[in-house]
Amino acid sequence: MSSPGFKTYRPPVMEVSEEGDELLEVAMGPHHPSTHGVFRMDVALDGERVVKLKPVFGYLHRNHEKIAEKASYLASMPYTDRLDYFCSLTNNWAYALAVEKLAGLEVPERAEYIRVITAELTRIQNHASAIGFLMQEMGASGTPLMYAFREREKILDLFEELTGSRMMCNYMRFGGCRVELPVGWLNKVRVIVDGLPRFIDETEALLTGNEILMARSQGVGILKPDLAINAGVSGVMLRCTGVNYDIRKVDHYGIYDRFKFRVPLGDHGDIYDRYMLRVLEMRESVEILKQALKDVPAGPIMDPKSKIRGFRPKPGEAYGRIEAPKGELGFYLISDGSPNPYRYRVRPPSLINLTILEDMCLGQNVADVVLIFGSVDIVLGEVDR
Amino acid sequence: MKTAEELLAIIKAALPGAGVELVSNPSPSAQHSLLLGSSTAVAVASFLRDHDELALDYCSNATGVDWPGKEVTEKMKVTKLVEGVETVVEETVKRVEPGYLEAVYHLYSVKHAHREIAGPVVLRMRTANRTDQVQLPSLTPVWRSAEFQEREIFDLFGIVFTGHPDLRRILMWDEYEDHPMRRDYVDPDDYEYEPTPHDEVLKRAEAQKAGIRESGVTA
Repeated sequence: MSSPGFKTYRPPVMEVSEEGDELLEVAMGPHHPSTHGVFRMDVALDGERVVKLKPVFGYLHRNHEKIAEKASYLASMPYTDRLDYFCSLTNNWAYALAVEKLAGLEVPERAEYIRVITAELTRIQNHASAIGFLMQEMGASGTPLMYAFREREKILDLFEELTGSRMMCNYMRFGGCRVELPVGWLNKVRVIVDGLPRFIDETEALLTGNEILMARSQGVGILKPDLAINAGVSGVMLRCTGVNYDIRKVDHYGIYDRFKFRVPLGDHGDIYDRYMLRVLEMRESVEILKQALKDVPAGPIMDPKSKIRGFRPKPGEAYGRIEAPKGELGFYLISDGSPNPYRYRVRPPSLINLTILEDMCLGQNVADVVLIFGSVDIVLGEVDR
Repeated sequence: MKTAEELLAIIKAALPGAGVELVSNPSPSAQHSLLLGSSTAVAVASFLRDHDELALDYCSNATGVDWPGKEVTEKMKVTKLVEGVETVVEETVKRVEPGYLEAVYHLYSVKHAHREIAGPVVLRMRTANRTDQVQLPSLTPVWRSAEFQEREIFDLFGIVFTGHPDLRRILMWDEYEDHPMRRDYVDPDDYEYEPTPHDEVLKRAEAQKAGIRESGVTA
């Protein structure tokens, strides 16, 4: 089977703009360094101005959903790690949440605390790297990304100790978590969490008042709140327009309503707001972590009703969603009473946040397309599935 | 948040003849859904979005489901004349239930996000069959978020959304003909793509070649 890119490749066509100027069609990608993987944008340019932009997907498509429908419920859990490989623990949680809704399972208190701690650590390392990558694309090659990765490394070490794997964690189960915390793990988390505000201050000192960052990102890639809601945009991308919609607050899933935290909101909906929101969300995540680490209760980590072998939910369907670092990650499952899901659907935040990519880029310079795309924060493993 | 029954009553009061039905969900999640008729779907969807109290302005998820036709065997009691005497005989009757494709939408309200939400509002639409009448009205004009997701449904399930602004394949390449998420999809035989076939693949490749030589038809 030949690659999709090869078959659909067309040589650039000269089109004509409304003013009669010749347009240049540029294929950005699939191997453009800023595309975070294999992704193509067909851009039509009038001089340096973008007049048309069509995203092309599918280079990484492996039909995750079909594979999951041929496997048992539990067998898909490790495969969810590979969707958004930066945030495997939140992927696990979203899938576990949907199955728990489908089968009516309860999660013990201790497991809920562990889930919140791992999810917030995931959010911090995702946002730190997202900022790092954005700065890399802006030309700050190295320093901000390496600072972010230094911090991410510490968090990945924690994941490795807990789950046995740094990125492909495969940690959550239906009705709880897979293994008990290693001895002294919580203390290690406390030490790292206490050091995080210093890292965030350092990032801010380096970037927030930086003239080049402000010049290149303020007023660029503006998204309007009405369009953002209508286009189903979620996560930081939605909140940067000023819409107060955080699923942790809206759905009260897990035990998030026990913690005191604020939802940072943007004002302009531009790239700078998205950068700023990620910094502020990291600070709020540190607050959640501090509260959660104070009182992790003792007790079981699995619902005794949940079955590992012969797990067959009753016929029916369920949609479960969480606030993943990249936006709303949902799983829609239909059970027909057999060991495999009849229908397994991933609602990928990365794909749906790209719906408005063209709207944000129209009229901007081609150099800013890279930044606008980078500020959406996507992972192609999730876009193409 | 309103339950599906209350929603149904609101829709029926405001849009008589909308042809909306309730599809109940026996699972513990109790996320019941509303089945829309394809002629009135866009009107009902716009009504749900623009209604002040409901304001379902956020279409979170749109996806397809394939329900192939299945053979159902039923035992029926039939009165028959057996040797001149009327007796009740049990007969097994086989009939084929027609299959259909389904599009499912999950809606939330951002405007009323502060309210307690029990779960998503689920809309469904069904095609007439799985082969030639696979058209459904597109809800992209109502919720832009369905744009890429309906393209994906078209690509992987083969539902044709009328009124979609840009209905092309999204994940598979443009020349691809099949719909991989259908239940009866058969994986392509990979000997055609193997540069140096061997073992089992070689046997199948040779059988294929022999078949072509006999029939004179290229596959």
